[in-house]
Amino acid sequence: MTTPYAIELRGISKRFGAVQANKDISLQVPAATIHGIIGENGAGKSTLMSIIYGFYEADKGEIDIDGQLTHIRNSQDAINAGIGMVHQHFMLVENFSVLENIILGAEGGSLLKEGVQAARKELQRLEEEYKLDVDIDAIVEDLPVGLQQRVEILKALYRGAKILILDEPTGVLTPQEADHLFRILKALKEQGVTVIIITHKLREILALTDNVSVMRQGEMVAHRETALTNKEELAELMVGKKVRLTVDKSTAQPTDTILSAKNVSWFDEQGIERLKNVSFDLKAGEIVGIAGVSGNGQSELLNVLSGITPLSSGEIHFNNEIITTTNTKNPQQMRELKMAHVPEDRHKMGLVTGFEAYEAAVLGYHDSPAYNGKVLLKRKAMQSECLERMQKWDVRPPNPYLKTANFSGGNQQKIVIAREVEQNPDALLIGQPTRGVDIGAIENIHEEIVKLRDAGKAILLVSVELDEIMALSDRILVMFDGAIVGEVSAKDADEKTLGLMMANALNEDTQTGAQA
Amino acid sequence: MFESLILILDATLRVSTPLIFAALAGLYAERSGIVDIGLEGKMLGSAFAAAAAATFFGSAWIGLFFGIMASVFLALLHGFACITHRGDHIVSGVAINTIVAGLTVTLGLYWFDQGGQTPSLVGAERFGPITFPFADALADVPVIGLLYSELLSGHSVLVYLAFVLVPVSAWIIYQTRFGLRLRAVGENPHAVDTAGINVAAIRYRAMIICGILCGIAGAYLSTAHNAGFLKDMSAGKGYIALAALIFGKWRPMSVLLACLLFGFLDAVAVRMQGVEVAGIGQVPVQAIEVLPYVLTVLLLAGFIGKAVGPKAVGRPYVKERS
Amino acid sequence: MNQPKIPVWVNIALIPFINIMLALFVSALLILAIGQNPIEAAGYLLYGAFGYQEGVGYTLYYATNLIFTGLAVSIAFKAGIFNIGGEGQAYIGGLGVGLACLAFDSSLPLFAIVPIAILGGAAFGAAWAFIPAYLNAKRGSHVVITTIMFNFISFSLMVYIMDHWLEKEGAMSLRSRDFEESAWLPSMQDILATFGIQIDSSPLNASFIWALICCVLVWGLIWHTRWGYQLRTLGTSTSAAVYAGINNGKVTIWVMLISGALAGFVGLNEIMGFNHSLLLNFTAGYGFAGIAVSLMGRNHPVGIVLAALLFGALYQGGSELAFELPSITPDIVVAIQGLVILFSGALEHMFKDRIESFFLRRSAA
Repeated sequence: MTTPYAIELRGISKRFGAVQANKDISLQVPAATIHGIIGENGAGKSTLMSIIYGFYEADKGEIDIDGQLTHIRNSQDAINAGIGMVHQHFMLVENFSVLENIILGAEGGSLLKEGVQAARKELQRLEEEYKLDVDIDAIVEDLPVGLQQRVEILKALYRGAKILILDEPTGVLTPQEADHLFRILKALKEQGVTVIIITHKLREILALTDNVSVMRQGEMVAHRETALTNKEELAELMVGKKVRLTVDKSTAQPTDTILSAKNVSWFDEQGIERLKNVSFDLKAGEIVGIAGVSGNGQSELLNVLSGITPLSSGEIHFNNEIITTTNTKNPQQMRELKMAHVPEDRHKMGLVTGFEAYEAAVLGYHDSPAYNGKVLLKRKAMQSECLERMQKWDVRPPNPYLKTANFSGGNQQKIVIAREVEQNPDALLIGQPTRGVDIGAIENIHEEIVKLRDAGKAILLVSVELDEIMALSDRILVMFDGAIVGEVSAKDADEKTLGLMMANALNEDTQTGAQA
Repeated sequence: MFESLILILDATLRVSTPLIFAALAGLYAERSGIVDIGLEGKMLGSAFAAAAAATFFGSAWIGLFFGIMASVFLALLHGFACITHRGDHIVSGVAINTIVAGLTVTLGLYWFDQGGQTPSLVGAERFGPITFPFADALADVPVIGLLYSELLSGHSVLVYLAFVLVPVSAWIIYQTRFGLRLRAVGENPHAVDTAGINVAAIRYRAMIICGILCGIAGAYLSTAHNAGFLKDMSAGKGYIALAALIFGKWRPMSVLLACLLFGFLDAVAVRMQGVEVAGIGQVPVQAIEVLPYVLTVLLLAGFIGKAVGPKAVGRPYVKERS
Repeated sequence: MNQPKIPVWVNIALIPFINIMLALFVSALLILAIGQNPIEAAGYLLYGAFGYQEGVGYTLYYATNLIFTGLAVSIAFKAGIFNIGGEGQAYIGGLGVGLACLAFDSSLPLFAIVPIAILGGAAFGAAWAFIPAYLNAKRGSHVVITTIMFNFISFSLMVYIMDHWLEKEGAMSLRSRDFEESAWLPSMQDILATFGIQIDSSPLNASFIWALICCVLVWGLIWHTRWGYQLRTLGTSTSAAVYAGINNGKVTIWVMLISGALAGFVGLNEIMGFNHSLLLNFTAGYGFAGIAVSLMGRNHPVGIVLAALLFGALYQGGSELAFELPSITPDIVVAIQGLVILFSGALEHMFKDRIESFFLRRSAA
């Protein structure tokens, strides 16, 4: 074939501060095909697509559209080049009608009346052609998410998009809605539209795409023709063969159940069920790891268990307390019940980065008698305790007066972990303990977590790093789409099986409605 | 009784006029996502500039032009702080109000040497009343005479302009491309940006319109309602306009009603001063004066209906880094 | 491994300094524009503010009000709340002070009236701040808009109260009867005289000392108590506050109570210390000036005292200036105040980002 590619990227690089989000990426997408891009969270997929859509400018590299070198400096350039994008978080004005949303930016004249008539006709044609079934006079916020997504697609098509990019389009959809979406995408392909779909779900890649590219840590690591690959290979490519982390640890000696979740569910403000009937037991003296691609309910689980958000149904049994929808406990009360929590995001939650280290080192425990006289804070006690802990945990520099923001990631994390652990909790929730932490500190933090387990603490570990989960956990639970979809004991776990479970690929073969 | 009602309504139109201009100004700003508590300062600045220019050039129209220029400059300053430099909208508004309060008196004293006031405006330096055809002839006809010649006729051109601008604004906001983009940018600037529209440009345009309208409001105060500039003559009208904007739930027609209501209360309060009402005694004027504020507080707290402003109002637009 | 960082002095000294200089530079241009020599004007201004004892007394007297309102604005700022209602809270707080004086001036001695007046000012000011705070915490009302509305409500309320209950018959303007001398806060002249120090008479009175005490108390509260810890956490990171189990609504309410109480103390200086009777409009914009003071003082009591001194000097020096140069009005000070708010508040990012990234690059290199 001599026809040029619909889109071709050469050597795209993008850096945010210290983070290299995209490194020398090349990609070729033939016209009228569906091209999948998969990768773990943080692999750089969304950044790459934002560059194509002109939301960011690449530091280096070239983009060809239909064989023409094209400079895309903003969204308008991208639209002019025939690129449309359906963002993960919809870019819709919620209190506008569907029609208003679609013509925004393409009104066809300074008076709305002129454009609206033409738009109605054109939209009717598009809807019929692609079976989109959206009432264009409905108000967007009244529509279910599946329909809102179709509004986004209509928006792109109305602008004459020949290349349609969809970022994690099924994350918010029910399986039925997702199937409908796939039918639409296939119809688009038949009409000559090129579709690029970003996802971390293997099922979708295999069901839908012609070609697939795999991203890992900012790099494009493989291109495959979908027909010639399989789940196993893709899962392995996605996760990669990492240096195996090893942690010296003996077999766990679990004793009493400390924490148990019984059918815990949680609905977000939009009424979407983010946690679905989660049940598990956590015993003293064991580490239970929660594996999963991020965004599958792990953060919500930690929030509910730590008291940050009240649960919507179910029960949490912790020590002798039963937490229900009526008997709620706030984070402070959970701490008093001896639940400690190392949050996933230490910058937003775990620390107040504007505080000096010794102040951040009491966050959440600031009301404790240890730090308070009748009126005044015992700053001397806080400072000397902080210094002591810094030495014990090897925080560098061991300076309690340094602004928290000025410590490196690993040292910040040690400050948080030390704070939570030194309260001698019965249960410890740890989210992403080594995110953004350098190698030396990782080992150190892992050893401490194992030591805690051996001291008889119950530990729930949430991490998107599969090797971390495998190195530390005694049992592994896999979360997908807000539910626990499987459990394996640590010794039976291998990356491939876990990777498949994380993509829910083991269960879905038996699901009805799955694509052939 | 009927006559005093007509007089009150007549006064209502006159005191509502600056509120309508200023509230519409605020409507454009807030619909685009910019909180503007600087309505007060822009009005005051324009009142001064208009009176000063009217004195210099002997024309109310030239005064109006300079009033608008001054107000647009302040609106762009607010935009520069809030749009370009992501400054706090409230702080910027307070700054502008404060600067203008000091600057007008300072310049007034320097130019006119009358303790900060401008000289009294006479003749063409003011916007005079427009008398409708046959108004004088009909004045003595019962009912209709009063309605026509007192209430409808005899206002300055700016009063009529205010009432014309309300449906015009409604048309602009709901029927034009600019209006669609304006509403969108105050609700979800990200959606506007990804639709290939420049967010900052829309917001700056909204601020220019806001400036023009505040400019007319200020010019009305000093060259139509009064005959010259007085220190602090805006006297909180900018804030009442803000209250009317909230009370009218950011919609032009409802905002007009809110302005008329607040203007009516003002007119009643003035007329009630010292008047004995049978059975009640003296009505405390202050109780009527505070009603606009109390009503707005109650509305904001959700006790009487619900006031939901544009969603992105007051927040700077920054492309988030993923 | 340290991450690149910005030297401390850049944020607490260099950036505020640049902002103030810009504001003063524009002010100088303004003075030039109205045909005066800025250097000459600055000379009169400085002389008026600091050149003789009475001038210094006036400067500190103005500064007293500004310390109170500056503290009021900044403690709310520290918790991430914009209390723009200092004007109304000061006004109603003054009513509390005045009522205390009117009620007890003929029955109690001064040392008993002072604590009652302090409590009265605090309670009335706090009460006026409570409603907006409560509506924000419980019903989601916007604090800024509600407090603005409450400023105007307070103006009308005071006129009503003065007119109906407190008006002194036959007075030229609306004011209460004069307090007995037992309800006058001692002037600084009298206080120092007891130590054998003679100074010229000025409105400066004991409330200046209370203002300084309040600075220490606020400083202690913010940086040395668990409540201060909570409010600073809330003001810096709402998500960290949620994580720590800090009750957002509760903190908002008591921070606003303290803020209102501090603003209410303006009445001590104006009503009990200087006018010795309750009157209208004694707050004269101090509540709004408090915003400038707190912005310039970087929300720290020490900075607030310095900023209050600067503005106090501008107020007093401005009067002197207007006296010496009749073509200048004291209102020019208001414009300068606005410029300070503009440059150190609304336009703070204009230079801050550039300066910070300059130092970041230097420290990374």
